Amino acid sequence: MKEKFEILTSTCVPLPLENIDTDQIIPARFLKATTREGFGDNLFRDWRYGKDGKLNPDFVLNKGTYYGQILVAGKNFGSGSSREHAAWALVGYGFKVIVSSFFADIFKNNSMNNGLLPVVVSPEFLNEILKTVTENPASTLTIDLPSQTITNNATHRSEHFDINSYKKDNLINGRDDIDFLLANKEKIEQFEKKRTGE
Amino acid sequence: MSKTLFDKIWEKHVVDTLSDGTIQLYIDRLYCHEVTSPQAFAGLRARGLKPFRPKQITCVPDHNIPTLHQDQPIKDPVSKKQVDTLMANAKEFGLTCYGLMHPKNGIVHVVGPEEGLTQPGMTIVCGDSHTSTHGAMGCVAFGIGTSEVEMVLATQCLTQRKPKTMRITIDGERKPGVTAKDIALYIISKMTTGGATGYFVEYAGSAIRHTTMEERLTICNLSIEMGARGGMIAPDEVTFAYLKDREFAPRGDEWKKKLNEWKQLNSDPDAHFDKEILFHAEDIEPMVTYGTNPGMGMAITGTIPTLESVPESGRISYKKSLDYMGFKAGEKMIGKPVDYVFLGSCTNGRIEDFRAFASIVKGKKKADSVTAWIVPGSWMVQRQIVAEGIDKILNEAGFELRQPGCSACLAMNDDKVPAGKYSVSTSNRNFEGRQGQGARTILVGPLVAAAAAITGKITDPRTLL
Repeated sequence: MKEKFEILTSTCVPLPLENIDTDQIIPARFLKATTREGFGDNLFRDWRYGKDGKLNPDFVLNKGTYYGQILVAGKNFGSGSSREHAAWALVGYGFKVIVSSFFADIFKNNSMNNGLLPVVVSPEFLNEILKTVTENPASTLTIDLPSQTITNNATHRSEHFDINSYKKDNLINGRDDIDFLLANKEKIEQFEKKRTGE
Repeated sequence: MSKTLFDKIWEKHVVDTLSDGTIQLYIDRLYCHEVTSPQAFAGLRARGLKPFRPKQITCVPDHNIPTLHQDQPIKDPVSKKQVDTLMANAKEFGLTCYGLMHPKNGIVHVVGPEEGLTQPGMTIVCGDSHTSTHGAMGCVAFGIGTSEVEMVLATQCLTQRKPKTMRITIDGERKPGVTAKDIALYIISKMTTGGATGYFVEYAGSAIRHTTMEERLTICNLSIEMGARGGMIAPDEVTFAYLKDREFAPRGDEWKKKLNEWKQLNSDPDAHFDKEILFHAEDIEPMVTYGTNPGMGMAITGTIPTLESVPESGRISYKKSLDYMGFKAGEKMIGKPVDYVFLGSCTNGRIEDFRAFASIVKGKKKADSVTAWIVPGSWMVQRQIVAEGIDKILNEAGFELRQPGCSACLAMNDDKVPAGKYSVSTSNRNFEGRQGQGARTILVGPLVAAAAAITGKITDPRTLL
């Protein structure tokens, strides 16, 4: 059983770059583990650490100004490689929600399969959130999955976000797709029989 | 009702549709490599399950294997553990696995088509975004994450939302010196790196019809670089001629039966696509990228776009990108010095790519300032290179042929470009650090790569043809 997701209120980490690809989230040289654990240490590795291996004090995760369980990023977050390690790294670091105006497809699926909620907002609302958070690091967002709303608590503005009801139910109930697919095994076998009979 | 090619294949694989539109999709073939599968096998084991349809699964280690001395144990213990884990998982569950030094080993997206494992009309997945490659043979092929690999291992099915459809038509005739890679980089530069997200793309038009099978594999391979779920091309005589008599292709009466089915695989004349895009082949020049995503590409003769030409919301990222590359807006790319050249990857690691590269370097010498990694996509490609004498042309020009694998495309092995160095690469991604921490990647086709290797700088290959 996975962790259940319902309502989250948290401060945020702003990362207003566009097209943040999965090679930035977790570089390939850190993909060599054979388990799902430990990837959080290398989240945004080459932005968090300098070439000398020392912490880069200018990177948002190292400044100490911003913290929280929500990452707010520019459009087209998670493009590139299908590596689920990107979702594992974000979860491992402690993020539960990523807010952006646009997500890459495979990343979106990978994150939902790991209890990490991708919340798509309008470009205008994204700008507002980034502005609020940047100016006031203590400000919070509330993500209400059952009612599919995201609220900027500093401005009290809310937006509805889309998620298909199957994935939503899985996230709320901590279920996964394999539970569903295994329960449907008879249909798979019927499908195969029908095909070979064609 | 008229249907698209995508619809025809997709609908034949729907096992169940849930009330919210989520689809349980049947998968004909699963390819596994060593990086994205170990956690899926572990999950399967934790649930007390075995692969549901082991005969539909093929395992090929490729991502972090060395490209020298593959007959010896892998030196990097972590890489070795991943490859060993894949071999052990395949053995435990009775799966076909082409390990190191196996005559069928290579990059999984090169191996699948060349062995005839990839066939028209199939649904194919792999824990790798470049699975879109296989769509070139007229199948629905796309990359998935590790949790999804586990789903397919357990049930041969995936839960999916049906993507939207897009047709990209390229009419006209391409100019000499323009390769399939240039066509793809041109399309991506126009579409942008996220411009096809949410769509499954069919490539059509006269310029596509006149491509070879290997060129189609290159074009579909790069579909993901504009965010597309996958790319595909309707199978035709080019596809069938390529597939016939390959190891796992159907034979005899079965071939005839399949051929009849495959000939139905095309979009109906009045089929509706959610989006239609038209390009003209005459507009395409040899391409280079200048930034840190594959959408940042331009004609080799062009100049790097100005900051003002970029939408305001993207300017911070654009500036960061040019700073990383050490380039300035308004500069020309021609003449810029090159430190490394990489020929290979699932994008450009096939025999036609080596022929193209050899056509430029024949009778010339590699520039002393350039380190070149020449890496075949598979052992089959390697054998073809030797059989055609291309290895001799390469050797005489100062190039050394390495052993197959993903190599410097993502630098998980020793083939890493040092920080700050410029790499002219036939691979698929120019992301920051992709070819090594701090490495600066310029994506190109095999002809531009060859011209750079000879001259030591970005050079229009048409001046050397």
